Amino acid sequence: MSDHDKIYSTKFQDKIERNTLLMFVLTAIAVSVGGIVEIVPLFYLPNTAMSGGDGTFNGTSHKDLQGNAIHMDKIVWNPATSAHKTLDEWQPGDGVRPYKALELAGRSVYIREGCFLCHSQMIRPFRDEKDRYGHYSIAEESMYDHTYQWGSKRTGPDIARVGGKYSDEWHRKHLKYPRDVVPESVMPNYFFLDNAAVNVDKAIHTMNVMTKMPFNPVPRTIYTDAYLDGAKAELENKTEMDAVIAYLQSLGNHVKFEEGVNYRD
Amino acid sequence: MEATQATPVKYDMDVVRWFTIMAVVYAVVGTLVGVYVAAELAWPFLNFDLAELSFGRLRPLHTNAVIFAFGGCVLMATGFYMVQRTGQTKLWSNAMAWFTFWGWNLIIVLAVITLPLGLTSGKEYAELVWPIDILIAVVWLSFGLNHIMTTAIRKTSHIYVSNWFTMGMIVMITYLHVVNSMAIPVSMTEAFSIYSGVQDAMIQWWWGHNAVGFYLTGGFLGIMYYFIPKQSGRPVFSYRLSVLHFWTLSFGYVWLGAHHLQYTALPDWTGSLGAAISLAMIIPSWGGAMNGMMTLSGAWDKLRTDYILRFLVTAMAFYAMSTFDGPVMSIKSVNALSHYTDWTVGHVHAGALGWMAMISFGAIYHMVKKLWNTEMYSERLVNVHFWVSLIGAVTYIVAMWVSGIMQGLMWRDYDEFGSLTYTFIESVSAMHPYYVMRTVGGAIFNLGTWIMLFNVVMTVRQASAVRSVNAVAAKA
Repeated sequence: MSDHDKIYSTKFQDKIERNTLLMFVLTAIAVSVGGIVEIVPLFYLPNTAMSGGDGTFNGTSHKDLQGNAIHMDKIVWNPATSAHKTLDEWQPGDGVRPYKALELAGRSVYIREGCFLCHSQMIRPFRDEKDRYGHYSIAEESMYDHTYQWGSKRTGPDIARVGGKYSDEWHRKHLKYPRDVVPESVMPNYFFLDNAAVNVDKAIHTMNVMTKMPFNPVPRTIYTDAYLDGAKAELENKTEMDAVIAYLQSLGNHVKFEEGVNYRD
Repeated sequence: MEATQATPVKYDMDVVRWFTIMAVVYAVVGTLVGVYVAAELAWPFLNFDLAELSFGRLRPLHTNAVIFAFGGCVLMATGFYMVQRTGQTKLWSNAMAWFTFWGWNLIIVLAVITLPLGLTSGKEYAELVWPIDILIAVVWLSFGLNHIMTTAIRKTSHIYVSNWFTMGMIVMITYLHVVNSMAIPVSMTEAFSIYSGVQDAMIQWWWGHNAVGFYLTGGFLGIMYYFIPKQSGRPVFSYRLSVLHFWTLSFGYVWLGAHHLQYTALPDWTGSLGAAISLAMIIPSWGGAMNGMMTLSGAWDKLRTDYILRFLVTAMAFYAMSTFDGPVMSIKSVNALSHYTDWTVGHVHAGALGWMAMISFGAIYHMVKKLWNTEMYSERLVNVHFWVSLIGAVTYIVAMWVSGIMQGLMWRDYDEFGSLTYTFIESVSAMHPYYVMRTVGGAIFNLGTWIMLFNVVMTVRQASAVRSVNAVAAKA
C-alpha cells in the first residue's frame, strides 16, 4: 500500500480531503449554521422591534408591573391611534417615531463624519449608566435606524438620550470648537458644518428610500406625500450644523418609560 | 505524482511576487495611518481643522488599509503561493490572478480616495460605499474561483490543510459581504442598509466577528500550517489536530458575533449563546496554537538562528493569548466592564499586531527568499524588525489594556454618598498618558515595517542584479 492510499484520519475525512467539491459543499454548510440560528429568529421573535411598516409587530410585547401587556402603540408611535396625528404634532413620550426631515439630514452627516466610532447610542441596564445617561435603550428605539448607530466604543460619552439635555446654542458651540466648551475634549472641530448647506434633494430622496425598506420601513402614513412635499421648505436655507443639532436633539426622549417595568423581556 | 517530480512544475509566481511587494507597502501605509489617528486622540490639534484628516474619517482608512490592503495582499500572495506549491500545479488561470491583483489594488486606491471624503456606509469594518462593495464582491470571487479551481486541478491526491482554511475563508467572506452590504442606494456614493436596529446590529457583528474569524484568523491559520513547517523543516505536529481545528473553527466561529452585543437591546439569549460558544472556542484555538508551536518540537534551537521562525512562533503565542483574551471578554460580567473601552482596542491589536502581522511578516520573508531565489539583503535587519515589532506591539497592547480597565472602573465608580465619582470627561483626561503610550507603541511597530520595506527592496534589487549578471554571462 503506497503512502498516498493510507488513511490517517477517518474514511469520511479522507474522502473529503480528496474531493474539492465535497469539501467546498461541506464547508459551506458548516459555516452557515451559526448565522442562521442567531440571525433569522431576530426577524420574527417578540421584542426585536420588527415591524411590518403598518403598525403591526411580530408579536413584540412588553408587560407592565401587573403583568398586563403594554400596547405597542405606547412604545412605538402610531398616528392612527395617537392623539397626535402628524410628525409635526408628535410630542416626546408619544412613542418611537421616524426622523423628521432635518433630523434625517443631520443623521446622514453624523454617519458621514464617523461620529459612531467614538459615541455609542446604546445604554446598558446598569446603575452607573442610568445615572450617567438615563434609562437603558430598547430595541424599538433604533427600529428606524437603517444602519444602526449603537457603536462599539465610548471615546466620548453615549448620546442615546442626549436630546434635550443641552441647548441648541451649547451644541453649536461645542460642535464648532469642542475645547471651547470642554477643555479636555479630544473631539475634532466641526466648525465647517456651519458653512455647508443641507443637500435638499438628497435628503428628500433619503426619506423616500426609508419608506421602501424591506424591513422596518417608515410607514407612508407618517412620511405622507404632504409631509414629503412640505419637507423641502423645512430644509431650505438650513446648514449641516442645523441638521446635526436637530438630529442630536431628537435622540432618546420618544418613549415614556415607567419605573420598575422590564422593557427587555 | 512521480512524474511531476521528474519535470518540475513552472508555477505562476509573478503575480505572487507583486502581491507580496504590495503587502509590504501596505503594511507601512496602514500602520502609519494608524499611528496618525492614534496621535489625534492624544493631541487633537492634529485634526488640523481639515474634515479629510479628522479622526472619524481617517480611522476607517486605517482599518481598511491594514485589514483589506495589507491583510488582503498577504492572503492573496500566500493563497496563490501555497495552492500552487501544495498542489504541484500552476494556477487555474494566471490571467484571472492578474485581474484579482489589479482589481484589489483598484479597490484600495478607491478606499483611499473615498473614505477621507466622508463617503461611507457607516458600518464598522464595512465602510466602503456600495459601488466599491460590488467591485469587492467581483474581485473576491475571482480570487475564490481561481483558488478553488487550482485546488481542484492539483496533482496531489489530498488537499493540503492550508487550502481548507483558505477555502473556508473564501466561502464565509462571500456570505458575509453579500448579506451585510445589502443596502438601497440614495446616490452613487450613499446607500442605507436594508436592516435596522437589532437585526442590523446582529448582522453587522456577524460580519465583524467573522471577518476576524475567517479572514484574519482562518486565512492566516492557512499561512501557519504551511509556513511554520516549511521554515522549520518539520512536519505539522498533529494532522488529526488540524482536522479538528479546521472543522470546529468553521462551525463554531460563526456564532461568536453576538458577544459584541451583550447587555444591548439584542435579546439576552443571543448574546449568551455567543458567549457560550466563544468560551468553547478556546479549545480548538489553543489546539491549533499548540499544533503550530509543537511543530517545532525537536527543533527549538532553530529559534536562536532563524529570525523568520521567530516571527512565526511569536505569532502563535499571540494567537493563543488573543484567543484566551477574547472568550474572557465575551463573558457577560467581564464584558460589562470591557465593552465600549480601550480594552477592546487592545484585544484587537493583540490579534492584529501580534498574531496576524507577525505571521505575515514571517511568511513574507520566507516567500521573498523563495520567490527571488536569494538570501535576504540583511538577516540582521530581519532580527531588528522582529524585536522592534515585538516591543511596539507589547507597548501598544499594554497601554490599551491598562487604559481600558481604568476607563471601565472609572465609569462605574461611586463615592460614599452614592453618586458617580467621575464625570465622563475626567475619564477622557485620564486616558491621555495611555493614548501617548499607544501612539509611541504604534510608531515603533510602524518603524519595523519601514525596515522590512527597505530590506525587501534591497533584496529584490540584489536578486535582479545577480540575475542580469548571470544572463550576460550565459550569453557570453
